[in-house]
Amino acid sequence: MKLAIVLAVVAVMVVLRLVRAGLLVWLAAWWVGTYAVLRYGFVTPIPASALHIFMAITALSLFAYATSSRERMRATYEPVLAFASESRFTLPLALVAASIPGVVAWSVYQGLQQPLQPPYFGRTVHPSPPAEITSRGEKVDLARAANPFRNLEKTDVQAFRRHVENGRRVYYRNCFFCHGDDLGGAGMYAHGLDPVPANFLDSGVLPMFQESFFFWRIAKGGPGMPDEGAPGDSAMPEWERMLSNEEMWDVILFLYDDAGYRPRALEAVGAEVAH
Amino acid sequence: MNRRALLGIVGAFLLLTAVLRVWVAVNDRAYRAPVYSTQVQPVPREQGIADQQKAAEAKAKAKKYEAPTYRQFPFVGSRVAIWVVAELHLMFAAFVLAVPMFAFIIEVIGYATGDKRYDRLAFEFTKLLSTSFSFTASFGGFLTFMLIALYPAFTNYLMEVFSPTFLPYVLLFFAEAGCLYSYYYGWGKFHPLVHLALGLAINVVGTLIMFIANAWASFMMTPQGISDSGALVDLYAAFDNFTWMPINIHRFIGNIAFGGSVAAAYAAWKFLHAETDEQRAHYDWMGYVGNFVAISAFLPLPFAGYYLAAEIYAYNQALGIMMMGGAFSWLFIIQAVLIGNLFLAANYYLWLGMGRVEGVQAYQKYVKYLLAAIAVCFAVWATPHSLIATTAEIRAMGGTLHPMLGYLGVMSAKNTAVNVLILTTYVSFLFYRRTGKRPTVSWAKLGNLVQFLIFAASTAIVIFYGIYGYFVEAAVRIAFSVPQVLSVLVAMVLMTVIDIFLMRGAHATGETHWGKIPAVSQYVLIFIAVTFTWLMGLMGYVRSGLRQHWHVYGVLVDSSPDAFTPTLGFAANVVSVCVILFFALIAFVFWLASLHDKRDWGTTQSDEPAHGGHAPKRVSAGS
Repeated sequence: MKLAIVLAVVAVMVVLRLVRAGLLVWLAAWWVGTYAVLRYGFVTPIPASALHIFMAITALSLFAYATSSRERMRATYEPVLAFASESRFTLPLALVAASIPGVVAWSVYQGLQQPLQPPYFGRTVHPSPPAEITSRGEKVDLARAANPFRNLEKTDVQAFRRHVENGRRVYYRNCFFCHGDDLGGAGMYAHGLDPVPANFLDSGVLPMFQESFFFWRIAKGGPGMPDEGAPGDSAMPEWERMLSNEEMWDVILFLYDDAGYRPRALEAVGAEVAH
Repeated sequence: MNRRALLGIVGAFLLLTAVLRVWVAVNDRAYRAPVYSTQVQPVPREQGIADQQKAAEAKAKAKKYEAPTYRQFPFVGSRVAIWVVAELHLMFAAFVLAVPMFAFIIEVIGYATGDKRYDRLAFEFTKLLSTSFSFTASFGGFLTFMLIALYPAFTNYLMEVFSPTFLPYVLLFFAEAGCLYSYYYGWGKFHPLVHLALGLAINVVGTLIMFIANAWASFMMTPQGISDSGALVDLYAAFDNFTWMPINIHRFIGNIAFGGSVAAAYAAWKFLHAETDEQRAHYDWMGYVGNFVAISAFLPLPFAGYYLAAEIYAYNQALGIMMMGGAFSWLFIIQAVLIGNLFLAANYYLWLGMGRVEGVQAYQKYVKYLLAAIAVCFAVWATPHSLIATTAEIRAMGGTLHPMLGYLGVMSAKNTAVNVLILTTYVSFLFYRRTGKRPTVSWAKLGNLVQFLIFAASTAIVIFYGIYGYFVEAAVRIAFSVPQVLSVLVAMVLMTVIDIFLMRGAHATGETHWGKIPAVSQYVLIFIAVTFTWLMGLMGYVRSGLRQHWHVYGVLVDSSPDAFTPTLGFAANVVSVCVILFFALIAFVFWLASLHDKRDWGTTQSDEPAHGGHAPKRVSAGS
């Protein structure tokens, strides 16, 4: 968070409290303050889509508060009514009326100043896997398959470490060009790719899925992406053409081991009882 | 020379003649009779036509019977046609199942308390039933014919699996019709206990009907009890499949919420049309009761939905991921926004309702804190896990998740938010209930303190598990929802029990004036009903659409031209059309019900009832 922005908003609120501002001023202050914090208060800016949702909720909540009792309703609309009808406000009212086209023009100007960006196509970042895939002639049931070397973690630690080390070799020979040497998705080619390579340090990636999900993504790559994931957009190759199944499972072991996450556990009951 | 001149004259004459001939030929428009051929055609036309007909007849006779797999519905296609009819059938069925539930509950309250208002209210709700029942049955028949006509192969398969359930279903339907019409026409004609027994019978039979129909629908998504080729092996297993009981529970509770909200909307509509204070007071109270029933049922609904989702995950993880993280996940953001709006609207209505009570309203000062809690929880719940972002925004975030908002997009945050929302709504209700009253019991301060401590402890448990969920793996995190839910439910029960004793014999500081509420509150009731209905349609689409290109998931593939999954926008449009059609039809039902209160043809104004909703006179309640 950018503390200076947050503190400035809090300071304004304190001043309003000291001067015993009216309800209408408070409503405006809360809306503007919330916008200022959400828009400018984060080191990593919030995407516009989320900002719109938050501001709509804020506006709705403030409207509900302003109209939730007769007293509050009066306190909200009476100043507006007075401003619009009393002669002492004629000059400010004229200024407000005159500024409306100016605000619209400024808004249009701001819109035109936006930098050119490639058009955005909505895609699901983690699309649903199919029930089963075939990789190098071997069928893999994605709903039930576990990493065949995961159990070595408990039964034979040395063998497990060998697989992890093999996964490391595979990663740094093939994957790190895009996914980065720290697994953060910022490899040397990443800047030229859209969508950007997965960031394995992100808590929403590795721990959210079972290992079979990543086996599918590695084996089938961008061309094997389902419709909702925008097939062909991702530059991820179909690694089943270059790597063995064992190497792909090993690289998954390495990813979890190096990033410090645990894979999502299989559900207790599954489709095997379905039919 | 003369010869040349002669030749020139002859040439000129011939040229002139040729020009004249061409000119006459071009400009001659006189009618010329056509020249008919007198020659006989080599192939007789009549014989040719006769041969063609004969060949066509022979071909028609030789045509082999082939059972069609699909037929096409004109203009909108089969899927949209069946979708709209099924949705309308479902909405009316939900309404017809829900209204008797709270009509019965309200009648029981009226019988127990001897308060005639409840009896009148129960009858007013029941008036909506007979037409709605006819609509439900008509849409049910419509749906069955559409299924047979448009999807004959699929319908045939379902019949093969579930045919033993059809006879009980039809018999139960007869029983439902008998109970319902006896309940409606027998109002005031039987002993109150007999009438109450009829009310109970409608609900039991109606629920059984729903359970049977749910088995068919849930089997399509999570089939069980069949062989690999789809042959029935175990009917009980097919009936009691993975999602059958979760859907039963979810629909049972959802129906009450839906029916309550539509009945409250009916009261709001009547309130806005009321001409006297007495009518306004009656319909304000009616709207309050309908909304109370709706919101009471709405509070545990997220837990029932969670149970259903957990069973879908348990049946097939691919379905679960598709639902929560795949193509359908954005509908859950719409759901979060709508449910957040419902919570906000429900609280807003309660705050407005405090205005009915005259005098100082001590609890109004807490509204801002309740609102803050609701807004924050609403925002958390509506934060998408996968943000829609431009390439520049994604690059700035270093991935698809925002470093801070990413924490709000996961289940731990969502569960915490919804539990706090429920607690906050409950507290709003408690404040509303206490407005205009002052406890007189000696332990009032201690009671208040204990209530506050229970509330604080429950909130702390919910938040603790919410934060702890970030440090454990998914399987453990999912299990955390149980203590969260239990703490909220236990807190609500304990606080209610304490409050009942605390407010017993409370001193009234101001009288409650029913009908003295801003008109905006009535639009809130209508908003709640429309939102409930829309939500039902959207979430129903998610459940049904998850099957993708399968009629019966993994068993019977959909090979029709409509087998693709439509875009979310298209689906939302279809659902919206269904909602509009439903409310148009329900408005017709309201109008029909209002005819009951209108003056008979030829009677004078003095014969007119003072306000709508008079139940027929009955033997005094409790006698």
